[in-house]
Amino acid sequence: MSKSSRPILLTLRGSGFVHDLKPITALGGAAPRVDTFGAATCSEVPQVALASFAARLGQEKKAVAALKKALGVAPPAVGKWVEGELSAFWTGPDQWMIEAPFDSHETLALDIAKLVAGVASVTEQSDAWTRFDLTGDGVLPVMELLSALNTRAMAEGDALRGSIHHLGCFILRRGTDHFSLYGPRASAGSLHHAIVTAMKSAQ
Amino acid sequence: MSQKNRLAGGQIDRDQKLNFKFDGKSYQGHPGDTLASALLANNVRLMGRSFKYHRPRGPLSAGSEEPNAIVELRSGNRQEPNTRATTAELFDGLVAKSQNRWPSLAFDAMAINDRFSNFLTAGFYYKTFMWPAVFWEKIYEPIIRKAAGLGSLSMQDDPDAYDKGFRHCDLLIIGAGPAGLMAALTAGRTGADVILADEDFRMGGRLNAETFAIGNDSAADWAQGAVAELAALPNVRLMPRTTIIGAFDHGIYGAVERISDHIHTPDAGKPRQILWRIYTQKTILCAGATERPIAFENNDRPGVMLASAMRAYVNRWAATPAQRVAIFTNNDDGHRTAMDLHTKGVEIAAVVDTRADVELSTDYQVLRGAQVIDTKGRLGLTFAEVKLADGTERTLECGALGVSGGWNPNVHLTCHQRGRPAWTETLAAFGPGTALPPGMSIAGAANGAYSTHAALKSGAAAARKALSITGRGEKMPKAEDAPINITPFWFVEGASRAWLDQQNDVTVKDVKLSHQEGFRSVEHLKRYTTLGMATDQGKTSNMGGLAIMAELAGKTIEQTGTTIFRPPYTPVPIATLAGRIRGMDFHPTRLTPSHYWAKEQGAVFVEVGNWLRAQWFPRPGETHWRESVDREVSATRASVGVCDCTTLGKIDVQGVDAAAFLNKLYCNGFAKLDVGKVRYGLMLREDGIAMDDGTAARLAEDHFVVTTTTANAGKVYQHMEFVRQCLFPDMDVQLISTTEAWAQYAVAGPNSRRLLQKIVDTEFDISKDAFPFMGCGNITVCGGLRARLFRISFSGELAFEIAVPSRYGDALMRRLMAEGKEFDVTPYGTEALGVMRIEKGHAAGNELNGTTTALNLGMGRMVSKAKDSIGSVLSERPGLNQDNALKLVGIKPLDTSKKVTAGGHLMNADGPVDAAHDQGYVTSAAFSPACGSMIGLALVKRGDARLGEKMRLVSPLTDLSIDVEIVSAHFVDPEGERLRA
Repeated sequence: MSKSSRPILLTLRGSGFVHDLKPITALGGAAPRVDTFGAATCSEVPQVALASFAARLGQEKKAVAALKKALGVAPPAVGKWVEGELSAFWTGPDQWMIEAPFDSHETLALDIAKLVAGVASVTEQSDAWTRFDLTGDGVLPVMELLSALNTRAMAEGDALRGSIHHLGCFILRRGTDHFSLYGPRASAGSLHHAIVTAMKSAQ
Repeated sequence: MSQKNRLAGGQIDRDQKLNFKFDGKSYQGHPGDTLASALLANNVRLMGRSFKYHRPRGPLSAGSEEPNAIVELRSGNRQEPNTRATTAELFDGLVAKSQNRWPSLAFDAMAINDRFSNFLTAGFYYKTFMWPAVFWEKIYEPIIRKAAGLGSLSMQDDPDAYDKGFRHCDLLIIGAGPAGLMAALTAGRTGADVILADEDFRMGGRLNAETFAIGNDSAADWAQGAVAELAALPNVRLMPRTTIIGAFDHGIYGAVERISDHIHTPDAGKPRQILWRIYTQKTILCAGATERPIAFENNDRPGVMLASAMRAYVNRWAATPAQRVAIFTNNDDGHRTAMDLHTKGVEIAAVVDTRADVELSTDYQVLRGAQVIDTKGRLGLTFAEVKLADGTERTLECGALGVSGGWNPNVHLTCHQRGRPAWTETLAAFGPGTALPPGMSIAGAANGAYSTHAALKSGAAAARKALSITGRGEKMPKAEDAPINITPFWFVEGASRAWLDQQNDVTVKDVKLSHQEGFRSVEHLKRYTTLGMATDQGKTSNMGGLAIMAELAGKTIEQTGTTIFRPPYTPVPIATLAGRIRGMDFHPTRLTPSHYWAKEQGAVFVEVGNWLRAQWFPRPGETHWRESVDREVSATRASVGVCDCTTLGKIDVQGVDAAAFLNKLYCNGFAKLDVGKVRYGLMLREDGIAMDDGTAARLAEDHFVVTTTTANAGKVYQHMEFVRQCLFPDMDVQLISTTEAWAQYAVAGPNSRRLLQKIVDTEFDISKDAFPFMGCGNITVCGGLRARLFRISFSGELAFEIAVPSRYGDALMRRLMAEGKEFDVTPYGTEALGVMRIEKGHAAGNELNGTTTALNLGMGRMVSKAKDSIGSVLSERPGLNQDNALKLVGIKPLDTSKKVTAGGHLMNADGPVDAAHDQGYVTSAAFSPACGSMIGLALVKRGDARLGEKMRLVSPLTDLSIDVEIVSAHFVDPEGERLRA
């Protein structure tokens, strides 16, 4: 079957093709969902590319150097998040999650993997997670209903793992009034429900 | 109705009036009132009936220790039983009902029990109603249950929400009386992260109930000043209306905050209560002390209450229980009540002091060395009978009697980790012991520092010590420092109905009876008499019981000991413990990438773990699920079907040793699997039993994707991490779950390749030769979207699994449906999936049931002996390899109309039907459109050698007994020609 015989819209982008499958957000919408209650806002953030980066055994130093090059900044220490040209947070011993804007870095994992072949294992994680950003003056009372972590004591740049509504999540403090919560994508609805419920309760 | 007993002053807002109802009658109170204080102000002393004898009762206390004034609060589905009127904050529109009475509080027909009190003594139900035995459950117990007890449930769903939350601090201070406030000020001023929690809605503890001064302010004003200063400190969090209910391990305290109990209906989105888990480094317990009563004849009449409670009602709430009152005391504190009430203009009939040597007063009459020996009044106190020091008797006319038997430090939380309180002679009470929860210290009255000065001082000192604050301490405000003058006096001799535990109707006599009958341990006493049980947990009664026990046994109270205090400190609604984790929110839900599309199709969903999977897709006209499922199976086998199989676990395995690692993990070999190939693998547990099965696809020399069953995805990932980190830490392997990252669909049926060829970009050749059975690869679809394609088959048909990043899963499913129209593509659900795998003889969770081995499953030869793998050695255990081992086979009913049920057992064609003759059991069963009958998979002894044999399938519980034939488990395409097509 030839390409021209297929009723599929093909669009040229640079040297390659652009597919015509429309993405949906983890909550099932065409556009990200935003909810505000009181002094807190919860925003679905689908436009983020994620790649896990794990050093190969015995290659840790090279891996860190390669990651530093990719990020433009030294990889974050245990429990931390840093932002350079790309950003990353620590997820385990010699293991990080790299974040990048989705639109410009949809193939982040493939691109990084090429750079670090043999020194690190890279896996696409963009759609393994759903991200909700909590912003506003009222985020801390919301966080203390959601997470057992001492979120009040988290500094900007802290990135911790914890459970929210029985879901294993990464909790990043990006600013005084700004947390990012990464939870499992398939449970986005449950996580969002838990967040919005806490926001209504804490407002 | 006028507030007849309302006095001047008090911490109530007289500018606002709150209307409320008690037992259908309307009353008025003010903000700041509790239900009990408002009722007393309205001259209502009778607030409840007792548990067993239905005796009329009024409030004994003014706090959470209340045994008597227990009501049903609110109405309809918000009705809450067993709520203490003494802590229920008044709000406009409050509705409360008394409990355990019929037909009314004033005339309670069940009060007949009181006449039969001689038969209803301690342990009566252990001794009576013994015969005939069957009558107990059917007749006696229901009657007793109806007659006895506390409040009733609405039997409706609670419409309100309850939250859980987590707070952290350096220092948790429990109780905001003088010690707690001073501790909080001392700690807060240093910048420490402090939480100050108090169960009351107004912080200040006893300071709100007293008239003396602190510095230049009244005690209550000083407390409010301290609270205002603390509220302004950003590092101090004040939690009023919050009861610390338990001291748990690792510095964790449970706390219940009442967010909406003081308003008519919770605000939108707001919870009624929050159960907090407070993590703290240090704790200062400033829980204060509880006054204890003295037991005497008929000491339970409404109007008889603790002297300190009477003082609190008058000073804090400006509500006197009566216009003329008497006091009965064994210590100086009783006189303070008399003085305060006298000052407020309440007439003092007399102060009856058991001590012979106390000072007389010029303001009121003091009867030294005297005792109250009886009371009178049908529904409330009218007279008290007093025996004077000289033996003569006198009748005092009074509407209320304040009783003070001394104070017990509130040491409950010091004991939550098995610590025992210690007897303190000067207090004639148990104080905190030495084995405290780590990080806890005690200050104020809870530590026996009863005077205000001592409480303030000890609060400051405890905070300094807890936080290692150095330097000069702050100057203490001047406060009263009265010494403790008490002569222990527990009960008046010779009484026949002297109440110790008013909540459980336990008298002094009951304790004596229990001792007489041999219950010598305090724990036995408690169980036999019910002393100290129910909502108040004996806060006002335990000490009296112990004192009597000690006297009877000829021991000291210290030797007698106490029962253990356990959490919670005060009752906690079950709803608060459940929080939001109920109903649909009991656990999170996982949705597949095609969920929204499937919902549009009217799919019926089934929960698989947390996943919601489409079970089948009904079409118009189909009236039974079997019609839908049969159609989906037939259509797939005839042309092409699509099923969302995203839920299967996908674990990314990378590293130089990835292949060697899988070789350890799976019992069959993986080292030599070519790149671009998939292999079925079976994982064994260390003990040789099958754990999980799935496939591993080799995408590169150092890169595999392992699939697991849906149910075991988490467990297998955990197992793999254990193997990687603990068993083979020297292997270079990296693992990460990618289950949710990829939307994966099975495309199955003879037209599956033709359908996929319309979607897979043309540079990827997926023809039979280029992409044979068990091939895999990275491809692009729909003009450039990265995707993965696997040629694997669960259905037994020519089949593929295609995966794209999850966000595109919805669009891919829609595209497959659109492109598949020309092939009559059919979406199919888990039921059709199950039917097809049974027809194909594929083992699944029903077969990998935690008892089966590779041998049982017909995969014995897969356990490679050319290498070592987990479970390989122990799978050789003789017990697992007997000649009559179970083997997986198929079964077919001889009469094709008969039903085959999973769980049924197989018996020989002839012979007995019993466990001794059991030949095996059916693991899976389904109607097979291909066979035109029901079929099953079964584990049968020597099954592989019994093909063609006739057996009986029985289920004696469901009267099933049908004749079946043992056949190959592969009902469809046993040679596998279709899947290789």
